[in-house]
Amino acid sequence: MRKILFIIQKEFKQIFRNKAMKPILFVMPFVQLAVLSYTADFTVKNINLFVQDMDNSVLSKELISKIAAFNNFNLKEISNSYKKGFYKIQQNNIDVIVSIPQNFSKNLQTNKKTEVAIIADAINGTKAGVSINYLQNIILDFTKEQASKKGFTNIKQGVNIIKRNWFNPLLNYKLFMVPGILVLLVTMIALFLSGMNIVREKEIGTIEQLNVTPIKKYQFIIGKLLPFLILGIFEFSIGLIIAVLWFKVPILGSITLIYLFTIVYLILILGIGMLISTITNTQQQALFLAWFFSVIFILMSGLFTPIESMPVWAQNITLFNPIRYYVEVIRLIMLKGSSFSSISNNFIIISFAAIFVNLLAVFNYQKTV
Amino acid sequence: MTAEKVIKVKKLNKTFGKFIAVNNISFDVKKGEIFGFLGANGAGKTTAIKMLTGILSSTSGEATVAGYDINKQRNKLKENIGYMSQKFSLYEDLTLKENIRFYGGIYGLSNKQIKQKTNEVLERLNLQKIENTLISEIPLGWKQKIAFSVAIIHNPKIVFLDEPTSGVDPITRRQFWNLIYQATQDGITVFVTTHYMDEAEYCDRISMMVEGNIKAIGSVEQLLVKYKSKNMDEVFIKLARNNENI
Repeated sequence: MRKILFIIQKEFKQIFRNKAMKPILFVMPFVQLAVLSYTADFTVKNINLFVQDMDNSVLSKELISKIAAFNNFNLKEISNSYKKGFYKIQQNNIDVIVSIPQNFSKNLQTNKKTEVAIIADAINGTKAGVSINYLQNIILDFTKEQASKKGFTNIKQGVNIIKRNWFNPLLNYKLFMVPGILVLLVTMIALFLSGMNIVREKEIGTIEQLNVTPIKKYQFIIGKLLPFLILGIFEFSIGLIIAVLWFKVPILGSITLIYLFTIVYLILILGIGMLISTITNTQQQALFLAWFFSVIFILMSGLFTPIESMPVWAQNITLFNPIRYYVEVIRLIMLKGSSFSSISNNFIIISFAAIFVNLLAVFNYQKTV
Repeated sequence: MTAEKVIKVKKLNKTFGKFIAVNNISFDVKKGEIFGFLGANGAGKTTAIKMLTGILSSTSGEATVAGYDINKQRNKLKENIGYMSQKFSLYEDLTLKENIRFYGGIYGLSNKQIKQKTNEVLERLNLQKIENTLISEIPLGWKQKIAFSVAIIHNPKIVFLDEPTSGVDPITRRQFWNLIYQATQDGITVFVTTHYMDEAEYCDRISMMVEGNIKAIGSVEQLLVKYKSKNMDEVFIKLARNNENI
């Protein structure tokens, strides 16, 4: 035990003596948290609109002003030339064309079928989809209004959808994203620090000296792991404080539970880093390997794209992604106030993975060839 | 006078696939002597040292170091040996004092012992002024002396030195050998490999390794007589050339 303390003491000295390390630990993660939380927002804003009004009637003007009143649209131009709109889309000045046909007003007033065309630039599929969705709602609303004014009752009522977003009533993306981004930064720091560590001793040759000392493998791995666990928890705590005080993310569940899960999760990530460190020979190799895993882990975590919309084979891969479990758990505890019973599955999976990976790392760290 | 044998090697073998790195070597090292382990590059010296220090398993044969089996009692063995290689074992981003403290700690010395040892080392090397200087800022020759002192910080029975003086000037090498002599006076056995034949002459006994085999073993005088040579350089060349002819 005393030997482990000497290793921990040495690691901390080396970490804090490294000039590049302080900004990496104390500035970078929080810049990431602050910047990414503002940018990773899925609401589509600033949709540039072109309206082709071939009807040029009171009703068409009314529809246009109703569309223009919607905050997320910028009405750029009204014209009767479709060509012009098409040209503007090509020029990338316009995202969506709304085309109101001749006789729009007449057909509407006589309860005849009428069509409004929406043409969206689908290079950015998300933006196109969301824009069309917005416009459909507005136009549907408008036609209903007109119909009821005229007393028509035989228009298609459809199903009246009442939307209610539980646990995040205002669909505030920050509430959703901040805990997730917090997970990412803790993961990255832990993975990279531990991944680069043992391999560094290999590179400078001190590992050879350690190998002829009577330190046992497990003492060595624990001595290496604990400083990063402490740093990881520290990073997480600062991030959590920023999330709560600045982004006003609530913590509905138990903080103890969050920390308990975070510790187990960090042990897993550090184990993965140690494993990377033991199978590589240079810091460069370790860096690339750590990048490979973190990119896959992050993109397949369900943070930026819902796991449910991935192909089945990809969904199966995400079952091996620790970030997925952690993102799920932290959102559940913070936003939904879930108790241990609802996250127990994830907890068990991460615990077993942590034990398995760390045993593998200890086993794989060859003191003897 | 029958001196205690601290290293006993019997028919030790190491093969990597079909390549025989160490071929049936046998020798003994007596307590308190300076044993020079010589050979050209690639002769199998480093492989042999790795086996004797318990970081490489042997393919066959037996060996005990400080009375412990090299394959079965590795932890006990490691507690009783020191090791220093030409590759640097000191942490560049720790100070002189911190390096001593770290290695003392992992060899299980108490805080009191560490303190006492630190003072001893600083005094012997006359480096009190730079005790809080980072190793990266200390010249190479000093680093080697510090590395040696750190390697024997836990009073091992044997210290293995793998080309400890490569890359330093003759004066520093001389000083380094003075440290080695001091260590033997404290009862530490020294097992040293070197490229410098003049250094070989400082050893009590020498073994000469050629392509995995020990070709000659004995004191400098014995070898000079046996191979009718004026100095160790000649012995070395004769043995190596002899092998080329076969």
